[in-house]
Amino acid sequence: MDLLERLTPIEQSVTFGALKVVGVFAIVMFLVAYAVLIERRVCAAIQDRIGPNRAGPFGLLQPLADAVKAFLKEDFMPAQAHPVYFWLAPALVMIPSLLVVAVIPFGSTLGNPDNRMVIADLNIGILYTFGIASLGVYGIVLAGYAARSKYPLMGGIRSGAQMISYEIAMGLSLIPLFLLVGDLNLGAVIDYQARGLFGWLIFKQPLAFAIFLVAAFAETNRLPFDMPEAEQELAGGYNIEYSSIKFALFFMAEYAHMIAASAMLVTLFFGGWTLPFFGLDQPASTFWGGLLHIGIFLAKLLAMMVLFVWVRWMWPRFRYDQLMALGWTRLVPLALGNIVVTALWLWLKAG
Amino acid sequence: MGELARYLVLAALLFGIGLAGVLTRRNAIVVLIGIELMLNAANLNFIAFWRHGPHPEALTGVMFVLFAIAIAAAEAAVGLALVIAVYRHYRTTNLDQIEEMKG
Amino acid sequence: MQDILFYVFAALTLVCGFLVVANPISRSPVTSALFLVLTIVSLSGLFVLLHAFFLAAVQIVVYAGAALVLFLFVIMMLDLKAEERRRITRLGLIGGGLVAVAMAWLFRVVPREAALVASGPAHVEGSTPALGALLFTQYLLPFEAISLVLVAGMVGAILLSRKEPS
Repeated sequence: MDLLERLTPIEQSVTFGALKVVGVFAIVMFLVAYAVLIERRVCAAIQDRIGPNRAGPFGLLQPLADAVKAFLKEDFMPAQAHPVYFWLAPALVMIPSLLVVAVIPFGSTLGNPDNRMVIADLNIGILYTFGIASLGVYGIVLAGYAARSKYPLMGGIRSGAQMISYEIAMGLSLIPLFLLVGDLNLGAVIDYQARGLFGWLIFKQPLAFAIFLVAAFAETNRLPFDMPEAEQELAGGYNIEYSSIKFALFFMAEYAHMIAASAMLVTLFFGGWTLPFFGLDQPASTFWGGLLHIGIFLAKLLAMMVLFVWVRWMWPRFRYDQLMALGWTRLVPLALGNIVVTALWLWLKAG
Repeated sequence: MGELARYLVLAALLFGIGLAGVLTRRNAIVVLIGIELMLNAANLNFIAFWRHGPHPEALTGVMFVLFAIAIAAAEAAVGLALVIAVYRHYRTTNLDQIEEMKG
Repeated sequence: MQDILFYVFAALTLVCGFLVVANPISRSPVTSALFLVLTIVSLSGLFVLLHAFFLAAVQIVVYAGAALVLFLFVIMMLDLKAEERRRITRLGLIGGGLVAVAMAWLFRVVPREAALVASGPAHVEGSTPALGALLFTQYLLPFEAISLVLVAGMVGAILLSRKEPS
């Protein structure tokens, strides 16, 4: 700590910034690896099996074994594929979900009160997440195109259209939240929710939560909207020509998307790092209090991830036309209605 | 070069690149892409003038760009639909080969 | 810091913009569209430097997230091949050189003559609430008009790209 105090404030903020970036990246990658294990264990429990339990105690080394296996498989590229796009696509799928995490406040403060636990405290926080999330389409469309084969192309266009469509419902579902909060900054959203359990926006805007949750499933390309894995329709999706670690990157991107979506859900609807008991909804004054807030955030995040996994193994898949009909003819009008009702309510309340 | 002038030079260069694309490329879609570049160069000019103009609090430049982006989205949709219609008819998007209207 | 960022983003914008229209390696329209995405993203970086934060986000959401995906969809569905290069003629070379010299002269003269910098950088943010308030008061009519334009564009696009009933 002596070393830290000798630095100028600017050097301190740069150091903390770098530490936060490295720490968040490490935790997200760790969670991606273990999300796969959670998925397999929860799935096994639902199907009354045991699941992977051989590698290490309780199967805890399973992610390591999976990674080694992915690296050692043959990295195959079809002869007609476009090599640059073929390499670029898996990376483009992964990057946006990592960038979204940058604006999520994952704790209150740590150490001194200026050291806020968010990498970039943007005043347009939510617009940033939408902008970055909308770039995720490129990886998918490009993966479909790069293989120069008809099934991936159709799968890529389907998944791309799905993501664009549900982005609209997702964006519209959040407008009532920001009508209530009056700010696009995610820190302000959390401050707004720090007024007891029923201050959480899930209780104030249950419809917005439902729409956002459904759209989040569609955005992450997971069941019940997992067109890439609908073998009976398209022999797979945009990723069928991929193998080895490139395929694993698509697989990891799905879990990174899931983590980003869970973090958004926790921040927007479940009070972020706050808990309405024991005064845990105020910024921490001590170092341990700050750590506790980060722990609360991670616990909520894990709960949301288990919800994602649980839904995956309990629901059948939507057909593609049903999926589009749900997005455009149900969710978008519902979200628009929700905006009008919320605006009217706020107008009447203001008199 | 002043703060404003360098944005204007950048915008002019970008506009020139877009114009060159529109004039030299033959693929209708790349021509549309060149038009997008020119639109973006104009947008950059508006923002630079707003920021460095005498009345930034009026937000006129920002408003203008907001509307320009909305128009550009509509323009891209209609333009691409036209390209699809032309492709259905001529089986090509090469502008040099679509010359039935030439007198 | 601001200066360095400006030159980084300006260089990115120009290089990517150049690669959109005159890529020496690939003439595939997909490459053009992807470099346009990079141009748009670096332009939104410039918007941030100009303190137009809301527009920077809108630029990425609308242009990069929606309009350019549409371009990619159309290119892929029509399966457009790379176009062949145009031969460079002597006339074109001379004309291009003249235009370049004229532009360079303009860039030297105009900023000096026109006394462009009327005021220093203002301390006004392109704040979202102020923008929203203006949009629904002073700019209400254009706002409504633009929504009509968007609807017309949407209907027009569907009508034009629909298969003709045979």
